[in-house]
Amino acid sequence: MGKTLFEKIWNEHVITAREDGDVLLYIDRHLIHDLHFRAFGMLKAKGLKIREPDKLYGTPDHSIPTTAKVLQDIPEGEMRQTVEELENYAEEFGFTHFSMTDDRHGIVHVVGPEQGITLPGITLACGDSHTSTHGALGCISFGIGATEVQHLLATQSLWFRKPKTMRISIEGRLGFGVSGKDVILAIIRKISAAGGTGYAIEYAGPAIEALSMEGRMTVCNMSIEAGARSGIIAPDDTTFDYCHGLPYAPKGERWDEAIAYWRTLPSDEDARFDKEVTLDGDAIAPMVTWGNSPQWALPVTEVIPDPAGEADPLVRADMVATLEYMDLKPGMPLSDITVDTVFIGACTNSRIEDMRAAAAVAKGRRAQVRTLVVPGSGLVKKQAEAEGLDRIFTEAGMEWREPGCSMCAAMNGDMLAPGERSASTSNRNFRGRQGLDSRTHLVSPAMAAAASVTGKFTDVRTLVEEV
Amino acid sequence: MAGKKGLKPFKTFASAAVPIDIANCDTDQIIPARFLRRPGTDPDYPKYLFHDLRFNADGSEKDFIYNKEPYRGGRIFVADMNWGCGSSRENAVTALAANGVRSVIAPSFGDIHYSNCIKNGVLPVRLPSADCETLRRQLHEGPGAEIAIDLDAQSLTGPDQTTYTFEIDAFDKHRLLNGLDEIGLTMEFEDEITRFTERYTAKHRWAS
Repeated sequence: MGKTLFEKIWNEHVITAREDGDVLLYIDRHLIHDLHFRAFGMLKAKGLKIREPDKLYGTPDHSIPTTAKVLQDIPEGEMRQTVEELENYAEEFGFTHFSMTDDRHGIVHVVGPEQGITLPGITLACGDSHTSTHGALGCISFGIGATEVQHLLATQSLWFRKPKTMRISIEGRLGFGVSGKDVILAIIRKISAAGGTGYAIEYAGPAIEALSMEGRMTVCNMSIEAGARSGIIAPDDTTFDYCHGLPYAPKGERWDEAIAYWRTLPSDEDARFDKEVTLDGDAIAPMVTWGNSPQWALPVTEVIPDPAGEADPLVRADMVATLEYMDLKPGMPLSDITVDTVFIGACTNSRIEDMRAAAAVAKGRRAQVRTLVVPGSGLVKKQAEAEGLDRIFTEAGMEWREPGCSMCAAMNGDMLAPGERSASTSNRNFRGRQGLDSRTHLVSPAMAAAASVTGKFTDVRTLVEEV
Repeated sequence: MAGKKGLKPFKTFASAAVPIDIANCDTDQIIPARFLRRPGTDPDYPKYLFHDLRFNADGSEKDFIYNKEPYRGGRIFVADMNWGCGSSRENAVTALAANGVRSVIAPSFGDIHYSNCIKNGVLPVRLPSADCETLRRQLHEGPGAEIAIDLDAQSLTGPDQTTYTFEIDAFDKHRLLNGLDEIGLTMEFEDEITRFTERYTAKHRWAS
């Protein structure tokens, strides 16, 4: 029987396997951000060292205000301490660190792929659940907890049980105005927020193959919102073109060796998955979430569902509670919901393609509500500015900020006021996620820009002409 | 050597249990992000557990089950589906442990949170949804009722003395029963890791 993409990479990284099925897996790349600065002190207290410091890459993202350009711009206190300590430990332990003043800094899940640190065929881990993003390049990537971060620093390995495999195929072609974000929201709506628990998901099919690397990263980013610790897409020419020439990608002869190996990785035709799911790409519309779980997503053309129509009493109770928190009523058209703030950014949607998609809608229009546009890295920011996108945003009355996690994490100064409602390109609409009593609706960058210029959820297909 | 001892072993445990009737209770609910930079030694840590569900902005208590006697001191939680989904923050387990919580029983868990529990000596128990619902109902009907867990036997006894058995991965069980520190355990494979790294690096020159 053939092997899946995931199995091929997994097998290549097994150091040792226990009789009970757990394996010690070798990890090629370890990414770290500011929230894990305590790991180094703990390591020292145990008398341990970093086993392979040259496989570790750090950058601050969660704790930097998007108005700050240098460390001294961060208010004194735990935010600044967090950023400062990571930088100091990088110096002390000798690992690569992109500091705030380095154009290469940004959200760790934007920086890794952008620098060629993330590559097909590798294993990559980071103490952040959205590490699933990197699987878009055809590698195994997963989020880990703080204890695992220490373990990985000390041993360059992690204990795992092999997850089950699920293939999600998106057939057909995505329509105009429909993006990777709409695809992943449609998937989570179908399989639920726990549908991928215990699985590694492979995304496949013509609509996935047609996505750019940025679109693929958006899809893989939200694998964890479907419950799956990792998502993966077969590496192809789109992937190789993206990786070629990046600073940390292999060069010359090594590049040729890499390509030859990477071409062997896609799942074999006779590979069997534990579960198969298929969606029709042509039928996916721009999506908006209406509840406190990403599974509560609908096409913008629909209305808020009535919990009374739900047969399962537990789900019904959950829907009633979520509608109360969100202050929404059954039967209300999604397109009638007005927003107070729009956030375009986060590891889900802060890459150059996302900036372009938002700018295409914002061009020549005016923001009706507070709108933050936050590029995912210093390099995305530079590129956007070279293309004049920053001027489109600022002329529309939107705020063009410094890179960082911003309003997705709400722990760096950017947040909603209590009761405020946002259209957000981030990945979580949990209660309080964007600030105490905040109400978040997840959308694509184009839909977020459409909400900004109209003040409510508007089908972006009615605002922009197909070219 | 069978791995260094690091955590409090989990063998048997009995406590008053708390029903948490929230589906998809994400780790942002268990501990809000603004507390994530605090050290685990912070004396206020117990308050961070369910903070925004438990407290108003002025610090006064909300109407939430974990604020009420006799549930307040409960050290076993019975939750709903997809407990601990979302963020990988291990602080969620730190907040549970800071309150003495030693086990969470739920129909399903977020994968990362599940493994974070194991690594901190907190036992995650998967039971069918209907059984969790039964237990939660009994705990509402009999406040302060106890649940008793025997990890070695992979069983637990509910308030009405019904016994339920549960599955757990053999390695996870071994680690919890013995309170093993994982780094110490892995260090015993030092030679294997070194040999693997040499072999892997020679084979995949592009990857280093």
